[in-house]
Amino acid sequence: MSEKILELKNISKSFSNLIANDSVDFDLKKGEIHALLGENGAGKTTLMNILYGIYKPDAGEIFLDGKKIVISSPRDAIENGIGMIQQHFSLVPSFSVVQNVALGLKEMGIIPDLSKIRKKIIELSDRYKISVEPDAKIWQLSAGEQQRVEIIKLLYVKSKIMILDEPTAILTPQEAKGLFETIKEMTANEASVIFISHKLKEVLEISDRVTVLRHGRVIGTVETKETNENDLARMMVGRDVVLKTDKKPSHPSKPILEIENIHVMGDKGIEAVRGVSLEVRGGEILGIAGVEGNGQRELGEAIYGLRNYTGNIFINGSKVRPGNVLERIKNHVAYIPQDRKADALCGGLPVYKNLFMKAFSSPIFSFNPYFFYPEKLKEPSEKVVKEFSIATSSVDQEVKFLSGGNMQKVVLAREIKSHPKLIIAVHPTRGLDVGAEEFVYNVLLAQKEKGTAILLIAGDLYEIFNLSDRVGVLYEGQIIGYSEPDESHIEEIGLMMAGVKK
Amino acid sequence: MNDIVISTFSGAIRAGTPLLFATLGEILAERSGVLNLGLEGMMLMGAFTGFSISYITGNLWLAVLAAVLIGGLMASLHAFMSITLRINQVVSGLALVFLGQGLSGFWGNAYVGMQANSFQNLKIPLLGDIPYIGPVIFDRDVLVYIGYISVPVIWWFLYKTTAGMNLRAVGEAPDAADARGINVILTRYVYTIIGGFFSGLAGAYISLAYTPMWVQNMTAGRGWIAVALVIFAIWDPVIALIGAYAFGGISVLQFSFQILQVPIPVNIMNMFPYIFTVFVMLFASSNRIKKLFGAPTALGIPYSREEKT
Ligand SMILES: Nc1ncnc2c1ncn2[C@@H]1O[C@H](COP(=O)(O)OP(=O)(O)O)[C@@H](O)[C@H]1O
Ligand SMILES: [Mg+2]
Repeated sequence: MSEKILELKNISKSFSNLIANDSVDFDLKKGEIHALLGENGAGKTTLMNILYGIYKPDAGEIFLDGKKIVISSPRDAIENGIGMIQQHFSLVPSFSVVQNVALGLKEMGIIPDLSKIRKKIIELSDRYKISVEPDAKIWQLSAGEQQRVEIIKLLYVKSKIMILDEPTAILTPQEAKGLFETIKEMTANEASVIFISHKLKEVLEISDRVTVLRHGRVIGTVETKETNENDLARMMVGRDVVLKTDKKPSHPSKPILEIENIHVMGDKGIEAVRGVSLEVRGGEILGIAGVEGNGQRELGEAIYGLRNYTGNIFINGSKVRPGNVLERIKNHVAYIPQDRKADALCGGLPVYKNLFMKAFSSPIFSFNPYFFYPEKLKEPSEKVVKEFSIATSSVDQEVKFLSGGNMQKVVLAREIKSHPKLIIAVHPTRGLDVGAEEFVYNVLLAQKEKGTAILLIAGDLYEIFNLSDRVGVLYEGQIIGYSEPDESHIEEIGLMMAGVKK
Repeated sequence: MNDIVISTFSGAIRAGTPLLFATLGEILAERSGVLNLGLEGMMLMGAFTGFSISYITGNLWLAVLAAVLIGGLMASLHAFMSITLRINQVVSGLALVFLGQGLSGFWGNAYVGMQANSFQNLKIPLLGDIPYIGPVIFDRDVLVYIGYISVPVIWWFLYKTTAGMNLRAVGEAPDAADARGINVILTRYVYTIIGGFFSGLAGAYISLAYTPMWVQNMTAGRGWIAVALVIFAIWDPVIALIGAYAFGGISVLQFSFQILQVPIPVNIMNMFPYIFTVFVMLFASSNRIKKLFGAPTALGIPYSREEKT
């Protein structure tokens, strides 16, 4: 158990001027589960991509069984017995499960013997109790099922070292439990596992040791038995963190957002939202939980008018038309989309223009109906930048050079400054560090106090627990049920996320 | 009347054969994720090289080989520009068209109107005697037969072999293929160049069998039709065969129509290549349209391990 099977020494990697890994040391013992913990952007994926041959390190060495090796492509990694489930799956959508498992295998000759591979998949799926449908096409599978395919791929090649990059991100709590059992069984069969996560509870539950990464540096490695949630959180963030927010009871007023039976098409031409009705009142936060890909994005976009729908949406009592964003803006609807770079900001425009982009047509900033004087926005922008403590060299800085957290602050500032009556927030803290996350939470809670209605669509259950007053679960485009946003209901919510009705 | 039917169908196959070769080659390249709009240029150079080698040496097979190689050479230029340098593939492909038109026009000037050794029909015993079918299908030149054989071979290769599976994976999900140890860059180079071989062959067919003489710009937009045929065929070699012969048929119909005195202006027929060009440009620039037609997902997108798309 104590013999080191893998050692990474002094690994460094930077992307243009960003240091993603800074002299990182990491080792893995035979048969252990070693967790790599760190916030989003800490450099976990980068480190593992280097180990798997996807990224070339700027410096550093890799030792396998004490021997120095060079890994310059995934092929090298595979040949050295390293397997990886990437954060974003690497499956071929149009291929069947069998074909995906077969892809790249050394044992295949000129003509692949798919029936043999199929048989072995069924064996593995029986032995590890991972149910997969060998002949299904990947695009037909849910994220959870796709992950099972990835696991089968790992098991099939019998990797000695298995890397799992944030494998629980797309799973229901119950599915995560199942995954943990599989992982434990893998180690019982001699494999060593690197388990990547930013969730403390999981790491404490599954791992033997934990290495914490922060801003690309190793903060420390500890035995799981000898640590706890608070210590790990401190290592991860660099200061004490309050894991609970200060959520005050809500005093809902009249309904601000009313949705009657809307249906929305997704990008694949399949209905993504299939008859959702809901109501959000002023001064309350309605959380929408669910496994990603169950219609969250489409629901948010339809409400904000970015996507066509059938059915009715009323804002503040008046009906709004599908596909008309301007109408929403005039009705004081704020929108925090899941992909801020693509849908909320113009990366090439300076901070000050981004801050007032939505106000261009309002009389306050359009000083004259025909001409537009952007310079006049600079002074008010400077105030906003201070108020929201946006870290930028100046208001002239192009937004694309800001960090994720500061980009999100620009979005928040703009949306809040439009005095919203309704806020639609879709994964508002995705990719943010804990500091920025706290900031987002506080802004949203303050808005709720002010009487704003907030629809919070999020994947992270703890985010929903921290913020919302009610929680509805979205499953296959329908609200399958409501529950209390409290940890004591996690079992029930988890079941609903998997499609089990109350 | 019988004669007209037979001559129309044989004409369809004759005119369809160069389209078929170019389309098959482009299917392979596009299946790997590389869009090569330079078919017209590669075909022209293939036609010219084939013709001039046949003219100089009189050796037809040497001529065909040279045409195939010149197609591959031009395709490797496209591969270098679009795979290694990661230049926009539409731009790089168009550059090949201009290159082919320019070079063949410059060097071809001396050969205008000349004739060279060309492929003759080779009747297959027994099969060639079947009424109607015989003369249309089994009394043709060797290159037509090679066209017939290419289709099932490529189909089998794409769907039944390991290499074909790897090829499709590279075009659909290069990152997934890469993570499984498949060399994405090498795969794309190989099939882009093979695509060029086929275009060269298509060109050779035009100057050594279809119209066995040298005429400037003699491919006359067929490269563009082939690019469109790839989409029509939804990247499938069997549908490509049907499409190529059908389009070949359309282009002979105008002669049959003239004989039968059906008035369809030649200008309409001449318009096709240009309409296709517009269509293809639209296609190549819209992700939504690509999805709608079931194009290889990574078509036109350069691959780099470290750069996120
Ligand atoms: N291919 C890339 N190009 C540019 N920047 C990258 C790339 N990959 C990662 N980064 C940056 O490196 C940092 C670390 O990212 P990552 O390793 O993905 O973090 P983690 O997995 O811990 O969330 C982030 O700031 C990210 O934006
Ligand atoms: Mg990551």
